[in-house]
Amino acid sequence: MIVTGDKRHTIGILVQNVPGVLARIVGLLSGRGYNIETVTAAETNEKGLTRITLVTTGDDRVLSQIVKQLNKLVNIIKVFDFRETEFVDREMALIKVRAEQATRAEVLRIVDIFRAKVVDVSPHFYTLEVTGNEGKITAIMELLEQIGIVEIARTGKAALARSKKH
Amino acid sequence: MKFTGAQILFESLKKEGVDVIFGFPGGAVLDIYHEMSKHNIRHILVRHEQGAAHMADGYARASGRVGVCLVTSGPGATNTVTGIATANMDSVPIVVFTGQVPTPLIGDDAFQEVDIIGITRPCTKHSYLVRDVNTLGTVIKEAFYLARTGRPGPIVVDLPKDVIQAHADFRYPKKVDMPGYRPTMEAHSGQVNKAFQLLKKAKAPVVFAGGGIIISESSDELARLVKLLHAPVTCSLMGLGCFPATVPDGKGGMKPNPFWLGMLGMHGTYQANMAISHADVILAVGVRFDDRVTGQISTFAPKAKIVHVDVDPTSISKNVDVDVPIVGDCKNALKQMIQLAESEPAEGLAESRSSWFEQIGQWARQHPLSYCAEGDVIKPQYVIEQIYEVSGGDAIITTEVGQHQMWTAQFFKFNRPRTLLTSGGLGTMGYGFPAAIGAQVAFPDKLVIDIAGDGSIQMNIQELSTAVCNNIPVKVAIINNTYLGLPRQWQELFYEKDYTGSCLEGPPDFVKLAEAYGAVGLRAERPEEVTPLLKKAFSIKGPVFMDFRVVTEENVYPIVPPGKSITEMLLA
Repeated sequence: MIVTGDKRHTIGILVQNVPGVLARIVGLLSGRGYNIETVTAAETNEKGLTRITLVTTGDDRVLSQIVKQLNKLVNIIKVFDFRETEFVDREMALIKVRAEQATRAEVLRIVDIFRAKVVDVSPHFYTLEVTGNEGKITAIMELLEQIGIVEIARTGKAALARSKKH
Repeated sequence: MKFTGAQILFESLKKEGVDVIFGFPGGAVLDIYHEMSKHNIRHILVRHEQGAAHMADGYARASGRVGVCLVTSGPGATNTVTGIATANMDSVPIVVFTGQVPTPLIGDDAFQEVDIIGITRPCTKHSYLVRDVNTLGTVIKEAFYLARTGRPGPIVVDLPKDVIQAHADFRYPKKVDMPGYRPTMEAHSGQVNKAFQLLKKAKAPVVFAGGGIIISESSDELARLVKLLHAPVTCSLMGLGCFPATVPDGKGGMKPNPFWLGMLGMHGTYQANMAISHADVILAVGVRFDDRVTGQISTFAPKAKIVHVDVDPTSISKNVDVDVPIVGDCKNALKQMIQLAESEPAEGLAESRSSWFEQIGQWARQHPLSYCAEGDVIKPQYVIEQIYEVSGGDAIITTEVGQHQMWTAQFFKFNRPRTLLTSGGLGTMGYGFPAAIGAQVAFPDKLVIDIAGDGSIQMNIQELSTAVCNNIPVKVAIINNTYLGLPRQWQELFYEKDYTGSCLEGPPDFVKLAEAYGAVGLRAERPEEVTPLLKKAFSIKGPVFMDFRVVTEENVYPIVPPGKSITEMLLA
């Protein structure tokens, strides 16, 4: 339930890749009643360091608490509160759409417009791969929904802070 | 030279200066117990693992050192969860070693297997499952470091049986390297100065001190700063003892400390609750503005600018919006403030604040803590007062949870830190008796008294065996009203006297029970029996149960009803 004053926010976390660290983070947030919309995690180029990107909702007070509570965890090296910096974010979605005789061309037109790719073909369905920021994924989904989305798997957001422009 | 995991464990404990372990064996830890016999470390065998956890906790709170307990896998580990959560809520440094099934069996629902790391994740400061014996020394060093630094807390170290049996080279690390853990101890001098300027100019200041003063061992600094600022002091339950309730009267006796307001909050004193509600500046040190203290948050201290000092940034502006947040060690922040106060002495503070102190005195006279003594029956508050008188206030007091706990906070005058050990955050019945045992182990020559209710004492009564067998001479004062007193009070005040579930029918004969365990049992049923009984009990060199038959219909006042502002106290 989104309450007025609640905002969606992206938080980046750099953690030591030890067993259970993701469970600790997710457990911390769910235990305190904070909402996790999406979460992605993967190792970085530095051995033993994992970057986690979280999308959560809450008002400013809740978000400040979340950031502080995350900072308190022993295996967390750094928390990036993206309320305070510009950032680049991308996510990838695999979308299985109905692709009958009548609609196939329209699907391919949409794929072209959004620079997506068809990664699976069958007599009745195409599976598309599309990468972009949140807005782009939402937009293509809305269009494809009118044709008929059968299944969808999204990765959730990965984000990095923009570099300083000097 | 190759050591087994069990040997590494004991060598590491020795390096950490551990001299006592509270424990209970089982299959998963027999290798550890076999190794224990070869080392010079005291082991106290408990009768329930919950007792071991609370004993480690009581030992830690009384001494300031890290408490250690050792239990087996499965049910042994799960039995410590309440004790771990208790320590977590009150920021107590303990390390809990749990046995675990051999690593190849983990995750297969083996005999006496539980995912104790998963179960305790939300209620530990941190935890480790040791899968590689080569990391054991480092894990133990980190565990103790984490337990005692920053905001202290419980650490669980899960030890699979094959890891304990495996061999490794042992070199205890000289330092820890934890890039993700850097507690801020140094308070920001700019913030400290901002706070000091506010306090200097305040017309109606209040200092609100808590458990953080005791943990950071800064009672002396607090007393010095209070004198320089000329401000009255109140405490949370966890802070009692950080500021003396009584001071020498110059004639060889003691008098009430003129700066002491009494405890704050749901069962705090009238003058403390009124003072904080009318304050213009509050210096909050080592507290977390728990709901027992604030009452209805929207009406808490409406006129005050709040300075909040704490080592844990998550506690600052969590419940109550703060004007000057200061993250850092309380001792460090107080020292900085003292330096400022001494270099910029404020003249005439005593005069400018005299009307504030007069107002406080008026409040204290309007509604002092009181109860009606009735000739024939024992009032529970009377027992607490006599415990204070007969002990001379020179004792370590533990409590269980409920009315007796609140009366202890109100009627026993605590002057020194680490003299009240009580489960404030979790409110765990059954805490006080094992905690008293742990405290007595830390201080064999001090008078240690557990003030208990008849409900609470039955929760870990089996530890009477631990006390008797190890000659741990704790004194237990059972405030026996045959009810769960605090639920009964709430039912009387807020649930139309519906006493469902709060009557403890068929209470045991506590005197016979004590004697059955080999301890001394004493009983008082009339007021004139109380003082002689206490004197007798305190002189016995062994554990004593005292059964005080008190009246049931007695309520803790003041009480701030649920959802109300702390100025809306119900009074006696």
